[in-house]
Amino acid sequence: MSETVEREVGRARTRKEDAHLITGQTNWTDNISVNGLLHLSILRSPMAHARIDRVDVSAALELPGVIAAFSGRDLAEAMGSLPCAWPVAEDTVVPDHPPIAVDEVRYAGDPVAVVVARDRYTAADALEAIEVDYTPLPAVLDIEGSLAEGTALVHSDKGTNRCYDYHSASGDYAAAKARADVVVTRRYHQQRLIPTAMEPRAVVVTPLAASGDFTLYSSTQIPHVLRVLLAVTTGIPENKIRVVAPDVGGGFGSKLQVYGEEVITLVLAKRLGRPLKWTESRSEANVATHHGRSQVQDIEIAARSDGTVLGLKVSLLADMGAYLMLLSPGIPVLGASMYPAIYKMGAYDFSCTGVFTNRTPIDAYRGAGRPEATYAIERIMDDLAAELGMDPVDLRRHNWIRHEEFPYTTIAGLTYDSGNYEAATDKALALFDYDKLRAEQADRVDHGDTVRLGIGVSTYTEMCGLAPSRWLGEMRYAAGGWEAASIRVLPTGKVEVVTGTSPHGQGHVTSWSQIAADALGVPFEDVEVMHGDTMLAPHGMDTYGSRSLVIGGVAVHEAARKVVDKARKVAAHLLEASEADLDFADGAFTVKGSPEARKTIQEVAFAAFASHDLPDGMEPSINAEHVLDPDTFSFPHGTHLCAVEVDTETGAVHIRSYVCVDDVGKVINPMIVEGQLHGGIAQGIAQALYEEALYDEDGNLVTGTLADYLVPGAPDLPEFVTDRTETPATSNPLGVKGVGEAGTIASTPAVVNAVVDALRPFGVQDIRMPCTPERVWQAVRSGKETSA
Amino acid sequence: MTHISVKVDGTTYEDDVEPRLLLIHYLRDRLGLTGTPIGCDTTSCGSCTVELDGTAVKSCTVLAVQADGCEVTTVQGLAHDGDWTALQRAFHERHALQCGYCTPGMIMAARDLLREHPHPTPDEVRHGLEGNLCRCTGYQNIVRAVLDVSEEEVTA
Repeated sequence: MSETVEREVGRARTRKEDAHLITGQTNWTDNISVNGLLHLSILRSPMAHARIDRVDVSAALELPGVIAAFSGRDLAEAMGSLPCAWPVAEDTVVPDHPPIAVDEVRYAGDPVAVVVARDRYTAADALEAIEVDYTPLPAVLDIEGSLAEGTALVHSDKGTNRCYDYHSASGDYAAAKARADVVVTRRYHQQRLIPTAMEPRAVVVTPLAASGDFTLYSSTQIPHVLRVLLAVTTGIPENKIRVVAPDVGGGFGSKLQVYGEEVITLVLAKRLGRPLKWTESRSEANVATHHGRSQVQDIEIAARSDGTVLGLKVSLLADMGAYLMLLSPGIPVLGASMYPAIYKMGAYDFSCTGVFTNRTPIDAYRGAGRPEATYAIERIMDDLAAELGMDPVDLRRHNWIRHEEFPYTTIAGLTYDSGNYEAATDKALALFDYDKLRAEQADRVDHGDTVRLGIGVSTYTEMCGLAPSRWLGEMRYAAGGWEAASIRVLPTGKVEVVTGTSPHGQGHVTSWSQIAADALGVPFEDVEVMHGDTMLAPHGMDTYGSRSLVIGGVAVHEAARKVVDKARKVAAHLLEASEADLDFADGAFTVKGSPEARKTIQEVAFAAFASHDLPDGMEPSINAEHVLDPDTFSFPHGTHLCAVEVDTETGAVHIRSYVCVDDVGKVINPMIVEGQLHGGIAQGIAQALYEEALYDEDGNLVTGTLADYLVPGAPDLPEFVTDRTETPATSNPLGVKGVGEAGTIASTPAVVNAVVDALRPFGVQDIRMPCTPERVWQAVRSGKETSA
Repeated sequence: MTHISVKVDGTTYEDDVEPRLLLIHYLRDRLGLTGTPIGCDTTSCGSCTVELDGTAVKSCTVLAVQADGCEVTTVQGLAHDGDWTALQRAFHERHALQCGYCTPGMIMAARDLLREHPHPTPDEVRHGLEGNLCRCTGYQNIVRAVLDVSEEEVTA
């Protein structure tokens, strides 16, 4: 009876989620249909900035099958401004953000009018019939020029394009700089990215007129937060709104939002008393779903000639786009704590100015602030190494926090609980065959090879577990960072886990099942995980910022621990033993010294259900809930190495090998961790080499479809070699650290460092992302001319 | 309206459709076969890939009237009585999907690829799936899954 049950945590379990996805039995929001469903479509501004003189929907209303059509003015009183929950500075300028523009459009794609029709084709026809007169206004398109004297204003009522200034400093940077032997100054550009989750957004609202209840299905990452903010925005009481995130086809931050379309669809379903669906097309998504990055980064690093970093100064211009979305101002500031990364230094100065432009709003995207920070520090460490004539790995080694120094509080004020940068780096260098590649690189230079080899390193850390509520409060974020889990052990012994996280590809159902199965000693197959529905899972803070495992997963573990504590009381009563005399292992309580005196947790669950014989005063349940508010963040880390071949005659960059060793603490499911890394690395490479949202001089997005915006396909990406070290977190009982954004954060600087490394002999110090063949070729050409 | 007769996943349907109706909307909105999703409107992403008379097509680029008299297979027509095809099993076992939105199109495109090249190299798999975009997996596990199936056939 006592053979050891194999632990679930650490096993590469195939996913419970897959069965319905690979057979097409899916529940994407756009799949949802109900009787009487009408389609809602949105007319969008073709101009970046214009006054709306007239909107005439009358011709649209005459089309057969068109039920209703409204301008922004028609609906202005029914909808509040879309919320911004993170005004990072006290005097942050928060412009009014109507879900449909009323008097003025401020980016190409800003909603202007809405139609409701019996099907999507009729709705599309109706949009064509709406007449709008615009008076064009000058558009602000340049981040750097946005604050110049005499520049047009995105929001004229605010009198400025400045959204906020944020500054923080630790140590005396000026003194550090004065003591430095070397100061390297760079300007890096974080190009604007289009998130491109494969599922375009969609919303379905079904009203129940008699009771005033609404069910809103949305392809959202944040059903719980959305529910609260829909109530605030529409005035419909929160307890009359059920929000469901069914299957959600990727998010990457772009579905971490309260979008106008959700508000509009809810308000019109209420007004018309009919179920409504809105589904975004991809070309609509490219202008209407928030974008990411879009920063100008001025970075300065001061060091001694032996490589010792003394201080770092960061000054950002951060594009907000035309309006503030839920978190827009906070994203660059979230990255502020990550610029010093894994390096020791005595001074750090960070400042950021948020600016408005007439472009699609910017908000969280795949790492949200942290990829930007890691890019800047990892790029400038390479530039510093070049300046000092040091190997970039040696320079990092010289400055990083050593294994024995943890816990370590960085100059940015974060305390890293554990880490082992040496181990991960040594393992990665060995897998990569670093010395051999360096020899080949030198050989190619010696022979004047037209195809050069470049080697890029990135030793990153991530900041997961967003976030301790107290920290969020200090950062002026409007909500907390806790997460809820509850566990119900059913009379038959099967288990229901209810989680407040809202997955969209991360495999929470499988990982949470593994955590609960181990903690309760029940089979993995006996656990069901419920999520993404405010009726089933009423408490939650949802999924973003690599928070789910470290907070939500640990909450599951803690709820299970509470279940076991309750079950222990029942078992002790049934076995007529004291609680202290009971062992709990492999799902059964046994009396110490007499293993035949045994009650399984399933037997205890049934006894608690029947309640015929419970301890006096005990409530008849062993169910439990745990709401976890973390004390701190977690800090996974790793070393990513990239080798590229750069054709100096064509500018083409070919990734020859990519090796990474990540340390994400205790691993719940190695297969899922590896998968998350692969996807993240792909995105990081995409920023380095392929993707950029481009606008023409009038402010039209010229990369408005997937035919123009280059999302890499399978042939564009290499095989990744992934491995890991495991340094458990000391800040939670599972030892987990999270992994969601690691690949994205680490890979972009590794790739660009490699490209620049290949071209340093040509005098190249930087290439703007994405490093397209044209930019690379130009860099080589101007480098040659400079050195000639 | 144009009358069409299409056999989809083994069932024949007779319908009157607008000439402009896309096959993907016919499948999803008229037949309720929502297993095939829509990822773009420029034939770029491949999410909506189905088989038309045995060849993979992007169903956002085919009119329903063009499918008149044809046989269409969607991802929903692959598994019978819960028995997954080798490719579906391989996608599951290799963790070749995360959010799963691109997965039906990937599987349909991979079927076509393996019909054309039963024993592809990894590079051939990558090029064969060029028209299908995925944002979660980095493609590596998808490539592994497709290679698994080709090897399965070699050893079978």
